[in-house]
Amino acid sequence: MCGIAGLIYKGKSSDIGQELTSMLQALKHRGPDSTGFALYGHPKADQYIMRFKVAEQEEVKKGFEIRKQMKERKAAVDARMAEMGAKVEAQEQATDYAYRYVFSFDGDLRRLADYIEDIEGAEILSLGHALELIKDLGDANRVSAQYGLDDFQGTHAIGHTRMATESDVDIRSAHPYWAYPFNDVSVVHNGQLTNYWNNRRALERRGHRFMSNCDSELIAVYLADSMDRDGDLEESMHRSISELDGVFTYVVATQDRVGMAKDVMAAKPMVLYESDDLIALASEEVAIRTIFPHEIDTYDPYEGEVRVWQS
Amino acid sequence: MAELKQEQQSHRMGMHTEQLAGRTQQIFFSPEEAENFTYSYAYAVDTNKHTEFDVAALDSKAINIKIRELMSQGYGSIAVQNPGAKHSLGVGILNRLQLHFEGSLGYFGVGLIDGPNVIISGRVGWSCAENMMAGTVVIEKNAGSTFGAAIRGGDLVCKGDVGSRTGIDMKGGTIIVGGRTGAFSGFMMQRGRMIILGDAGKSLGDSMYDGTIYVGGKIADLGVDAVEGEITDLDIQWLDRKLSLYGLQTPNGTKNMTKIVAGKKLWNYDNLEPTEKKLVL
Repeated sequence: MCGIAGLIYKGKSSDIGQELTSMLQALKHRGPDSTGFALYGHPKADQYIMRFKVAEQEEVKKGFEIRKQMKERKAAVDARMAEMGAKVEAQEQATDYAYRYVFSFDGDLRRLADYIEDIEGAEILSLGHALELIKDLGDANRVSAQYGLDDFQGTHAIGHTRMATESDVDIRSAHPYWAYPFNDVSVVHNGQLTNYWNNRRALERRGHRFMSNCDSELIAVYLADSMDRDGDLEESMHRSISELDGVFTYVVATQDRVGMAKDVMAAKPMVLYESDDLIALASEEVAIRTIFPHEIDTYDPYEGEVRVWQS
Repeated sequence: MAELKQEQQSHRMGMHTEQLAGRTQQIFFSPEEAENFTYSYAYAVDTNKHTEFDVAALDSKAINIKIRELMSQGYGSIAVQNPGAKHSLGVGILNRLQLHFEGSLGYFGVGLIDGPNVIISGRVGWSCAENMMAGTVVIEKNAGSTFGAAIRGGDLVCKGDVGSRTGIDMKGGTIIVGGRTGAFSGFMMQRGRMIILGDAGKSLGDSMYDGTIYVGGKIADLGVDAVEGEITDLDIQWLDRKLSLYGLQTPNGTKNMTKIVAGKKLWNYDNLEPTEKKLVL
């Protein structure tokens, strides 16, 4: 089933970590397996933020050699970043297996990402100037507490509660997906794509890599690839309605925008609330009500509808 | 001959056909038998006895239990404050009751009801009034998809816009949409009437077996086997009467509404209830 949610402030920032946590917790019944956040802070042009992991949560619980391997993997990431000329300015360890790096770099970002992910067990969750992507097993409160998201300030965010259907219960199959290797693009999705493999093979032939077998990852890469070619998010989203087959509602975020699209069957839910300074959207109104307890006017977008908002 | 015989027998049983839309709008029992529609376990309520309670801190189950408790105490008029878009509120009420939700409902609100008159001041989520059997439900704002799925009777009214698949598998009653409705509205409709005052999304009335859809605005396109019918004076009188009950009107007048019915090219359908079939065959 899955639950998706998002919010974007126009011209100001807010406690988006706390707000998205409460929205996603209200959607727990739609997906209790894992929860993910794509939070957009205040970008600095000369700084990148990278969230990455060096193991799956399950591996840490069960593996004998895993702690030693995680140290080795992390050391390898550090070495390869130094080798490529990336200067790490700050680093935090959120969990035994997940890290947040702030670094400066003026080389080829894709090469750097490829080089890091070439390390066995290492996976970049997000890379960009504003995007911080956090996802893990459990409900929103648990993941938010684990990664200290309550204090996160920013302009916009999207999130997901996952009920695993077509792939495993692990972090790599959790949403949101970063649109590797494009800066600051993330996607959450509720539904199923029926032409996943055709599109995946086409994108792989164009040089894109997939870290999971989850169809939602395809939407992220599809959109980023499309934007890379013609530079327009909204047009790419309109194109996705005809080129991606299946039933879906997805939400995409870039450095300064949030968009939503619904397939032509309109089989997956979405509720929108729009005010002068904030747009909130979710699979169910009950999620939006966690940040607006008073009565609000909401509506469902229609089949084939695409909307984009700017922060 | 077999059809004629069936019709004669059903009339003898007290069933008769409302002329307006032929077979689709049969009223199966005479008004004198109205008492048969009261459930033996229904609460004896007084609609002049009013109460209200705030449900901000209660979950859906507790709210529904509280409504039943109040009905068991004879309250026939209940106002529920701050429903907060919670799911499954007001479901399964098989009783006469004036019920007012002062706010919005989530999914599956007032489903499976038989008898109450419900007013919802806010919006409703997906599948509002699913399988409603009798009574009235009036929503002041918008509604989500699968609005009035499989309803069998009563009036279901949304004064705002409604999502997709409105009245899917509708088996009777009336659905009124004050604004627009989404794709596949009236999908597999079997009986009843739907009035859409605004625009209708694509594939309207797809695979409808029977029933009637009236549209005041534009229709994106018709679904399989849905065709335009001729709007009659009787249609107009009925539309005017029905809309006036809820203070609604169509901008271009009811005579300019488009009437959609089943083309019956795919038709292999008998709309008698299984129990009725046993009686007449």
